Amino acid sequence: MGMPKMHNTPGGRIFDVVNFVVLGVIGILMIIPFLYVIAGSFATEAELTSRSFFIFPETFTLEAYEYIFSTDRFIRSILVSIGVTVVGTIVCLFFTFSMAYPLSRRNLAGRNLFMNMVVFSMMFSGGMIPTYIVVKSLGLLDSYWALILPIAINPFNLIIVKTFFQNIPIELEESAKVDGCTELGIFWRIMLPLSKPVIATFALFYAVAIWNDFFSALLYISDSSKWPVQVLLQQIILLSQSTIGDTAATGAEYVTPPDQSLKLAVVVIATLPILIIYPFLQKHFAKGMLLGSVKG
Amino acid sequence: MSLFKSNSSQTELAVDVPQAKPADSSMKTFLKRLKKDKWLYLLLIPGLLYFIVFKYAPMWGLIIAFQDYSPFKGVLGSEWVGFDHFKNFFQNPDFFRLLRNTFILAVLDLVFFFPAPIILALLLNELRINLYKRTVQTLIYVPHFMSWVIIASITYIFFTTSGGVANEIVAHFYGKEINFLSSPDWFRPLIMGQIIWKETGWGTVIFLAALATVDQEQYEAAIVDGAGRFRRLWHVTLPAVRSTIIVLLILRLGNFLDTGFQQIFLMTNSLNRDVADVFDTYVYFVGITQGAFSYSTAVGLFKSVVGIILVLGANKLAKKMGQEGIF
Repeated sequence: MGMPKMHNTPGGRIFDVVNFVVLGVIGILMIIPFLYVIAGSFATEAELTSRSFFIFPETFTLEAYEYIFSTDRFIRSILVSIGVTVVGTIVCLFFTFSMAYPLSRRNLAGRNLFMNMVVFSMMFSGGMIPTYIVVKSLGLLDSYWALILPIAINPFNLIIVKTFFQNIPIELEESAKVDGCTELGIFWRIMLPLSKPVIATFALFYAVAIWNDFFSALLYISDSSKWPVQVLLQQIILLSQSTIGDTAATGAEYVTPPDQSLKLAVVVIATLPILIIYPFLQKHFAKGMLLGSVKG
Repeated sequence: MSLFKSNSSQTELAVDVPQAKPADSSMKTFLKRLKKDKWLYLLLIPGLLYFIVFKYAPMWGLIIAFQDYSPFKGVLGSEWVGFDHFKNFFQNPDFFRLLRNTFILAVLDLVFFFPAPIILALLLNELRINLYKRTVQTLIYVPHFMSWVIIASITYIFFTTSGGVANEIVAHFYGKEINFLSSPDWFRPLIMGQIIWKETGWGTVIFLAALATVDQEQYEAAIVDGAGRFRRLWHVTLPAVRSTIIVLLILRLGNFLDTGFQQIFLMTNSLNRDVADVFDTYVYFVGITQGAFSYSTAVGLFKSVVGIILVLGANKLAKKMGQEGIF
């Protein structure tokens, strides 16, 4: 919302100009590291060593990406991340929406008990080690399910979805009941179609959370062939395991990886899916936040 | 009886029934309701299972903090040792180191990060060109959606002594490079810088929402009264976000001990461990990498208990101050 038209003092005008410039600079500063990383991933090693900072590479090369896509290891971890994100998002949505709906029915016996159970788990938790022991005793160590199931419901999301269902006019439900619809039918044929935008919003939220999750893989996945992109990224850049490529298994012709641009290219690959869905995220998150502010 | 809390009419009915068999009759009502809502309960099952298995089973698992847990003997078969692990922890010099590191990071966070989104939101609110405002918003929200691994990786790429951009600039002006990434002195500034970069933009969302509710007539009235730009900010804009600031401040106090595990873990290395270790990362290093399950669970339990006391205390404080409270 803009300010109403009002007379402006000279001091106010100076403030406006300074504010305009300062916010522009802040906005650019926030994304300039990403721009450098993207530019650097397409640059040659020589350019990366000789020029300290640039947004456009002088010589454009796909060397780093060619290397990445010639190694099994990178391809495998990208596929792991994509697979876990897709399956995980569906699982999270299923768990969240199927639980939120009954919790939104005001005359469900035991509703308060279940709600208290959810809220208490937000304030107090068993913590890292007991959760690890549970995951281990379920036989989920080194299983992709360990990256999904322990984070299948985000309690905040659950409460927001519950509030959304609560605000759907009760008349819709009653007329369906008169037509002989069961509660399951109401959920499936009335509530879910009505909540399409909400489902889209939380699909995005969960997808981003799973794609970005590093903690679960760190704890539960020790088999390096099952690492998602985030762990591979940590290994390459933070632990400087630059020899992580499996030399493309071509034996004789060992290719030296383009060390610096390779690192940047892996960052780009881990960032890219988020940047692609960013416009949708931006469209939907305001809606999510707004729903969240409705206290239920 | 809390089962019937949500259903007052049924509870009243149970009270009206002659004293003879109240338990039996409420049981019957319960079964009747269970049958009537069977589909709803069916829908509830996956979610309930999730909470029982991944939230409440670990809470039960906390009893290993009072045992010498051995994976072979299991949670029930391990030997009980009472509060030994807690005693060891409190006597260990690590305890004060963790407390100090956590406390310093939390205070720095409160001083440097907490006000940042408020200031940024106020500045954004003063922008008069809507398209420009939306563009700036689009840019500043981006880092929030990036993982901590990406944030830490980019930090490494910029601050490394082997050709990092930041270090080349430092070398140009200062004469030599600074080993930001492994120097204990630079650990905290880096952590604060990362948080400010990643979360300031996103933090403005909630304040901008509060600012959007300000009645434009109030500004017009203030102008008529001769209030300048700064006075309008002070008397009209700020009061509109005051309650939001208080609620967020209280939430922050409630989560005082919560330093981001992923962020700190990723920025920790053998050279800065002394200032980097906080409760969460310590639990990981001692528990998962060194296998001291019971001891690290005791450390985690200590943190959780202090945490819940802080949350409940903060909530009480909120209610005392006339806020709605969070629960």
